[in-house]
Amino acid sequence: MKQYDIVIIGGGPAGLAAAVSAKKNGIDRILILERDKELGGILNQCIHNGFGLHTFQEELTGPEYADRFIEQVKELDIAYKLNTMVMDISREKVVTAMNREDGLFDVQAKAVILAMGCRERARGALNIPGFRPAGIYSAGTAQRLVNMEGYMPGREVVILGSGDIGLIMARRMTLEGAKVKVVAELMPYSGGLKRNIVQCLDDYGIPLKLSHTVIDIKGKERVEGITLAEVDKGGKPVPGTEEFYSCDTLLLSVGLIPENEISEKIGVEMNRATSGPKVNESLETNIKGVFACGNVLHVHDLVDFVSEEAAAAGKNAASYVKKEHPEERNGREIRLNPENGVRYTVPVTINTARMDDELTVRFRVDGVYKNCYVSAYFDGERVLHRRRQVVAPGEMEEMKLTREQLLQYPDLETITVKVEEE
Amino acid sequence: MEEKNLTCINCPIGCSLTVEMEGEQVIKVSGNTCKRGEIYARKEVTNPTRIVTSTVKVVNGQSDMVSVKTKEDIPKGKIFDCVRALKNVQVEAPVRIGDVIVKNIADTGVDVVVTKNVEVSRKNT
Amino acid sequence: MYDVIVIGAGVSGAAAARELSRYKARICVIEKEEDVCCGTSKANSAIVHAGYDAAPGSLKAKLNVRGNQMMGELAKDLDFLFKRNGSLVICTAEEDLSALQELYERGQINGVKDLRILSREETLTMEPNVTDCVCAALYAPTAGIICPFELNIALAENAYTNGVEFRFDTEVEKIVKSEEGYELHTNKGIFRTKYVVNAAGVYADELHNMVSEKKIRIMPRRGDYCLLDKAAGSHVERTVFALPGKFGKGILVTPTVHGNLLVGPTAIDVEDKEGINTSREGLEQVMEKAGLNVKNLPMRQVITSFAGLRAHEEQGDFLIGEAEDAKGFIDCAGIESPGIASCPAIGEMVAQIIRDRMGLEEKDNFISTRKGIRRPADLSKEERNELIGKEPAYGSIVCRCEMITEGEIIDAVRRPLGAKSLDGIKRRTRAGMGRCQSGFCSPRVMEILARERDMSMFDITKSGGKSQIVVGINKDAL
Repeated sequence: MKQYDIVIIGGGPAGLAAAVSAKKNGIDRILILERDKELGGILNQCIHNGFGLHTFQEELTGPEYADRFIEQVKELDIAYKLNTMVMDISREKVVTAMNREDGLFDVQAKAVILAMGCRERARGALNIPGFRPAGIYSAGTAQRLVNMEGYMPGREVVILGSGDIGLIMARRMTLEGAKVKVVAELMPYSGGLKRNIVQCLDDYGIPLKLSHTVIDIKGKERVEGITLAEVDKGGKPVPGTEEFYSCDTLLLSVGLIPENEISEKIGVEMNRATSGPKVNESLETNIKGVFACGNVLHVHDLVDFVSEEAAAAGKNAASYVKKEHPEERNGREIRLNPENGVRYTVPVTINTARMDDELTVRFRVDGVYKNCYVSAYFDGERVLHRRRQVVAPGEMEEMKLTREQLLQYPDLETITVKVEEE
Repeated sequence: MEEKNLTCINCPIGCSLTVEMEGEQVIKVSGNTCKRGEIYARKEVTNPTRIVTSTVKVVNGQSDMVSVKTKEDIPKGKIFDCVRALKNVQVEAPVRIGDVIVKNIADTGVDVVVTKNVEVSRKNT
Repeated sequence: MYDVIVIGAGVSGAAAARELSRYKARICVIEKEEDVCCGTSKANSAIVHAGYDAAPGSLKAKLNVRGNQMMGELAKDLDFLFKRNGSLVICTAEEDLSALQELYERGQINGVKDLRILSREETLTMEPNVTDCVCAALYAPTAGIICPFELNIALAENAYTNGVEFRFDTEVEKIVKSEEGYELHTNKGIFRTKYVVNAAGVYADELHNMVSEKKIRIMPRRGDYCLLDKAAGSHVERTVFALPGKFGKGILVTPTVHGNLLVGPTAIDVEDKEGINTSREGLEQVMEKAGLNVKNLPMRQVITSFAGLRAHEEQGDFLIGEAEDAKGFIDCAGIESPGIASCPAIGEMVAQIIRDRMGLEEKDNFISTRKGIRRPADLSKEERNELIGKEPAYGSIVCRCEMITEGEIIDAVRRPLGAKSLDGIKRRTRAGMGRCQSGFCSPRVMEILARERDMSMFDITKSGGKSQIVVGINKDAL
């Protein structure tokens, strides 16, 4: 069986950045396993611009952003296998994978980095009633068909869900000659970035209907139309608000779900709020030497932050392989507690002995809050208290904690992160 | 005097901006909470521009399509002229990121460049 | 001139065709859809009922018990999954115990083996997620679960192998009595036959009424279902039914043979014979009522919902036999629950009627077995690598949720009566049936289908007809 120091599951933005970082931190035997025919993951189909402002201080398209990392992987001579599906991982970190050339094969890893990304929620998860004809696609499937294969999935489009992929696809379909009639969003706020609402919808006069959902799909063979209705606060359609749109296509952009089937198989403990693993400050799961980063850990809205997080995971995995903190591995841990408007935090625990000088805690809020404060309580004491004009579920938040700061509280047990009015 | 309403896109706050104009002249920007809002508003009402991204066909490539973009932003009003001008464009593999495929697209003075490397199809080598 | 034309390639038609293919006869199956298993057979509870439900003496009772007995052998012969997981009918009120007892006794009369009434404790020990309100349950160990697509496809493939012709996209518009039998006027021309088997599901009444003055009426009765992720598949091990009451059979909760959890159906009479659209009320009812007999159902894990139509005949029983005033026209109508369980026996009965009427002779070269699509997931590592060595397509995963390889998809297309659409591939291989519901694999499956069938991407459909997936190329409308 071939031995590697680090095996990385997934060659998308997270896997690439993790690999580059691990290599730069002194690890040579790295293997990236990628199921698609090329590196870069979902970035390859995200041909729009807006990537890289944080990482490269310039605006790149998805494929260009991916290429920056792919070039580094090649320059650093990091091994990767394409068209290779990981079938299983054992608790002893034997990774079983399969492809056409090697068949089913095992590799032994000292550390594993989970970087499988996420998938789109399907229609079933929403229980949209009606027929089940052709013409209903997740926004990502349509994105692949249009951007990578050059096929139009339809001519007249209604989009349900205002997640970023849905908004981006509204513009893409329009620019390729389709008529996008409306974007409907169940929630009273959009799940996408403001920039995307302006540049993908407003620019093209596409209406965004908040607090609306699809209540019926018409058409037995191919979609012929859909009915939208307004929903009340409980998410129930309001009778009398039904509106029919004739269309041949319904795109769904109704959320992303981290793909953790493999993680769960090896017994990685999951966080219900993120559908991703629970990790400590090193982005390490409850299984020692198994790390997670990117959208498999929690769904991000900007790839720049994926790269940043993945670089940390790569560095921490390198440190694990090099056994840099053997004595502290089981040290005391501070618990992070999301409360009051904060849905989750990544990480969920911090060990000050292992952490870097500065640690980024990422989290999301559960609603739109205006003129509020984002606070961190160290046990009873309010230590951070930052005024914010607005926080929204569609935009990931972050908070920096320093090692020095934490060391001032030697008995600290819990850091509570919350949204406060005053 | 004319008033235009915009949403600022610089950050998540999404300030509602009001621009007072006298013909082509911006008199006043209000509603912004930072400097960047004003810069955005002035540009957006006088000369709104966008980067346009699209795809063109590839001949003999490992993929059939390649993604492209305008190298710089072009006037918003020229977006559809730009994509229409790309309608029948084909490129021959291989192409590399940054290769110019159409010069001065739709008379904007801006070139369209490739944003992804596409190698020659193995079938043809 | 055919000896027999079977109208409808659902489980009943396919079972009849397969049984008839034992005999020396020229047989054709005509199907209005593009594939087998496109109507009632494709959307139901997939339960091989034990047989205690139907009234003693009815065809339903007789054929269900017989079909259930035949299913084990048939599954082995035709290589499809069948699991006798057993079923429980849950009684939650003391005053209903007599009804449970009645069901038990009916089962005895119908000849159902090994039925037992369990106490509350026995029930909860056997199935811990049954509601705490349970006071007793009827346990039927002979009940089972099946994949209706596999069953239907296996029957049809085996019939085909034994010489039965299949004509798809062929819809019967008119039936004319002729001297030797019948002329079937279809959108694909006229077909002449001595005998007709009317296995047209919800349309069986229309066909019957074309030749008979003794009119029948089939009322499509819609059932809405929710299918849950495999992560929820072991929530119950047995099929859990509500006690049939004044509100009908109620909502069942069952594992599927592939490891998902299925919850449903509702029962709503509809006019539209193509009306397989779920409704909000229906899905809400499923969600609500499922919890009555099984606790802690993880309804968050629904991956898809769908509806099927039961072909309910007014008289309430299966209607199988020669129409009184139309010689040679054999009805196989009103096949609703327990149709899946009964289908092997239905096929046998129909074939025997025709054999006796026509004096058919058995073939000596009947092939009774069929091999299904090879499932690499069931092979050992060594076997799997040997297979990939010979056929590398088995090393390439296309559907990552169900872990289906390109090799399986190619097999599904190339085999007898092979798949022609995405749904055809899905029903044969499960590619696209998992938690992402084909989001990732559909472009890949389209590519493989286009290559294997030498089709244009624009001709690839979800399920035949006008269900194209892509409608043009970028910018063609600009």
